[in-house]
This record gives sequence, structure tokens and C-alpha cells, in this order.
Amino acid sequence: MIPINLIQSTAETLMDKAAIEIPQDYLDGLQVAAKTEDGDLASFVLKAMLENYEAAKEDRRAMCGDTGVPRWFVKMGNEASVEGGMIALEAALRRATASATNGVPLRPNRVHPLWRTDHNNNVGIGAPEIEYGFEPGGEWIDLITVHKGGLFGSDYRMLFPSDGVQGIKRFYLDSLMAFGKRGLACQPAIIGIGLGGSKDICMSLGKRASTLRIVGSQNSDPEVAKMEAEFKEIGNSIGMGAMGFVGKNMVIDCNIEVGYCHTGGMPMSVHAFCLSSRRAVARIHADGRVEHRTDPDWFTPYQRRETVDWPAAQEAAE
Amino acid sequence: MSIREVRLSTTPTDEAIADLRLGDIVYLDGLMYTAREGVYMRALEDKANIPMELPSKSAANFHCSPAARINPDGSFDMGAVTATASFRFAKWLPEWMAKTGAKLIVGKGGMTSKDYKDYFVPNGAVYLSTVGYGTGALLGRGVESVEAVHWNEELGVAQAMWVLKCNKMGPFIVASDMNGDCLFERENAKIAENVERVYEGTIPATLKRYGESDDRTDEVI
Repeated sequence: MIPINLIQSTAETLMDKAAIEIPQDYLDGLQVAAKTEDGDLASFVLKAMLENYEAAKEDRRAMCGDTGVPRWFVKMGNEASVEGGMIALEAALRRATASATNGVPLRPNRVHPLWRTDHNNNVGIGAPEIEYGFEPGGEWIDLITVHKGGLFGSDYRMLFPSDGVQGIKRFYLDSLMAFGKRGLACQPAIIGIGLGGSKDICMSLGKRASTLRIVGSQNSDPEVAKMEAEFKEIGNSIGMGAMGFVGKNMVIDCNIEVGYCHTGGMPMSVHAFCLSSRRAVARIHADGRVEHRTDPDWFTPYQRRETVDWPAAQEAAE
Repeated sequence: MSIREVRLSTTPTDEAIADLRLGDIVYLDGLMYTAREGVYMRALEDKANIPMELPSKSAANFHCSPAARINPDGSFDMGAVTATASFRFAKWLPEWMAKTGAKLIVGKGGMTSKDYKDYFVPNGAVYLSTVGYGTGALLGRGVESVEAVHWNEELGVAQAMWVLKCNKMGPFIVASDMNGDCLFERENAKIAENVERVYEGTIPATLKRYGESDDRTDEVI
């Protein structure tokens, strides 16, 4: 049984870390970009960003004034149980979101879409989003917070099998061009592409590809992994860099996730996880141990399974 | 090309503004206030009295809402500060400039050269862009103190009018000049030369969307 107080205190720590500390994998990627960048303005921008991450950590101040919209991904081992149940867990995550908004402080970004009501705590109808995943075995629970920013950089389109890879490439480039100009996507970014699923799942696959996979990771399907490498290369050959200035670094990494879709279609989404790629992860064990990390490790073989039964479950049954 | 750095007052002289060149890096000193859609609507549409003396106190309008906290005792804690995209405020800016004498519009992503020529240049104003975007911690360090927060009750923390005392606050990039030229459009033009090559071999989507055609009598299938 995982104590509810431990969930809330860990969640508060995660909110703080996500807002302030740039994840190491993204930082490594940006440092490589800064070394290769030869556009003078783009190069200045990347150096300023690297200084900014240092300043944020030193001052324990949010790295960006737009602190995004906090959301939660919760993954549980099959044997995990939470004191008070899942209602208590959701309350703890909402409390942690509200208290960190005042504590860090974060910008209270969440408002009602029509009435613009702001509770000044990033909590409201459907906010923060809480999404779930499960893994076979284990009494742990993973808390992942992502504070994705941006009104720009994401798009969806229904493509068809006849559009093929060249159609996928066109929509990918269109998204980079549309939102990269003037740097509205806050690039260089981790670009996530969702392919397949139904429309809503296509969007969440792409969002998860950008936010829940680290720089340097590869899709487990070698052909998809090849596309990821090719798309990163194409994105960086546009000639556009940070802030839309002439440069060669638009994409720190490109992650693609797929889901089975309607036989007639090939839906696609594109997402950009920005220069402040805010995510933080902790695993809480049943014995009270808490391990912090920056890799959500969301896309396990179980999450990408395509058979009716999960082989491990089959084995156990036999 | 070496990048030039400039210290600039938030109540700048016409000479100081005329001296700025596209791509200069600017650090600001003096008072700067935040104003975005909430403040514009309240001041220009609801005709509320602007609660500070402009432009004598400040001629710098920041398109920003800070990550900040108003404490129960009324004091303020300022964390990170970054700008929001400015293009959507074009609707209010001409009237705002005429009314407040703003000379520095500070935000994200700039405006069009048409905006600059139409009402920035005639008002002796230029656009400064934040850098990154998202040097929020660096900009936060440049805020020496929060002088006041106006209209917090009416507009909330994110839309309120924050008055910031800047001390070498930056970096910002000069994105327009007294010719009405636009830094981002200059960069777009350079990048445009390469676009055809990058798109080579790609194909347009089978299913079109309105927006790609603005003629609603067209079919998009």
C-alpha cells in the first residue's frame, strides 16, 4: 500500500523539478546543437538558453515565464495499491498542482475557455489532465508530470494510405514551417509524431512521443526508427533555427509513435516539445522508497503490444 | 557579423531609438509594465482609467504575464518572466500607442513590417523580442522589484498590469527599426530560398481543408 501523503509530497517535488530543471537528455541535445550552430543570431539564442537553464537552477526559479499547462501521467504496476484508492490519488495530484503553482511560483495559466475564469492555481475543469497506464507485475507507481507549453507547434491531419510517406513528410514539413517562423514553436524542439489510432488517440500518441520519450531514444520498430532519424535530418536541413532565424537546428530529436487505425485512413499529428521541455518522473515503491529520474520510460513493450494476450500473462496462466 | 549589445532606458530618447539596428541585443533599465489582451480591453474598450502615468513613468509595454505570486500581506514574489506572442494584439496596438506614447513594444515573435510602417514608425516606436523563447530565469533576474500590480482583482494574476523595475533586464533582440523593417521577415526571406529543395518529392494531402481554399463553394475532397 502506497501512502497518500508520500504521493502528494513526491508530486509537489516533481512539479518543482519540472518547472526549474531542464532534463539532462534535452540539455545534452541542445549543447550539441549549440556547438554545430553557425547562424550568428540562432547561435546567440542557443547560448542564451544554456545560460538560462543555469540561472533557473541557481535561483530555483522557473526556467520560462510561461510555465505551460501542468498535466500528469500515472503508471502503475499491476500489484500496486494506493491508500485511499484512485480518488485520493487524483485529489493529491490536484492539491500538488495547486500548491506548486503558488509555491514555485508557476504562472496560473489555466482558465475557463469562455469565461476566462482563473482560479490562480492551474486547477479547473479537466485540469490538470491525469492519464493512466499499467504494467504487468510490480507494486510501484510512476508519477510523471509534463508542463507542456505552447499554443503553437501542434497540428492534426487525416491522411490516407495513398498519401504515403511523401504525404507524411509534407505535413511534417508544413508543421515545422508554419510554427517555426518567428520561432513560435520555441524550437529547437523534440518533435513528436503520432501516426494512426483514432483521431483523439492520434493526438495523444504524438503528444506522448514528444513528451514521454527522451532525446536519443528510438522506436522499437527498426523501420520506424529509420524514419525518425530521417525526419530529424530533414527538419534540420530547412535552414531554419531557433526563433526562426537562419540556422541548422530546428529538431533536437524526432520521435514517432504508431497505433492501429481505420483501414481507410492514416491520421497524423505533429507536436513540438519546446526549449523548456519540462518533465519530471518518480517511482514510488510500496516500501516507501522514491526514485527520481527524467526518463518516463512510458513506451514499454507492453504499451506497444499488438497481440490479443500479453505473452507474459499467457505464460503465467500455463 | 558581430552582435552589438546596447543598454536602453524604458523611457528612451528618439535618438536612442533611431540608433537601434535589427539584430542588436538590448538590456533595459527603468520601469516596464505588462499589458496584453486583458489590459487592452479594459483600457480601450471599457474605457477604464489607466492606473499609471504614461509615458512619463514608462514607455515600454511588455506582452507578458509573469510566473509570480501575490502574498497575503500584499507583497509580490517574481519568478520567471517571458513574453507571449504579440501578433494577436495588433488589433489594439495603434490605439494603445496613441493613448500611452509607448516607444518600446516588447514581446514574442514581433509584428509584420506593415504594422511597423503603419503605426510603429509614425509613433517613433520599435519592437523588441525576447530571446529563445524562454529565457525566463535570466529576465526574472533583471527585475529588481515589482513596483505595483494594477487590476489584479479585475483581471487575475496572468492578465494584470505588472509594473516591473528593470535593472539591465535582458537579453532582448531589436526586431524592427525606424525604416519599418522587420528582422523576422528578413530571416524568412533568406530561408525561403531553400524551401523548394526541402519539399522536393513530397506530395500534397489527398483531403484538402478550408483555409487551403478560402472559397467555400470549392470542394475540399
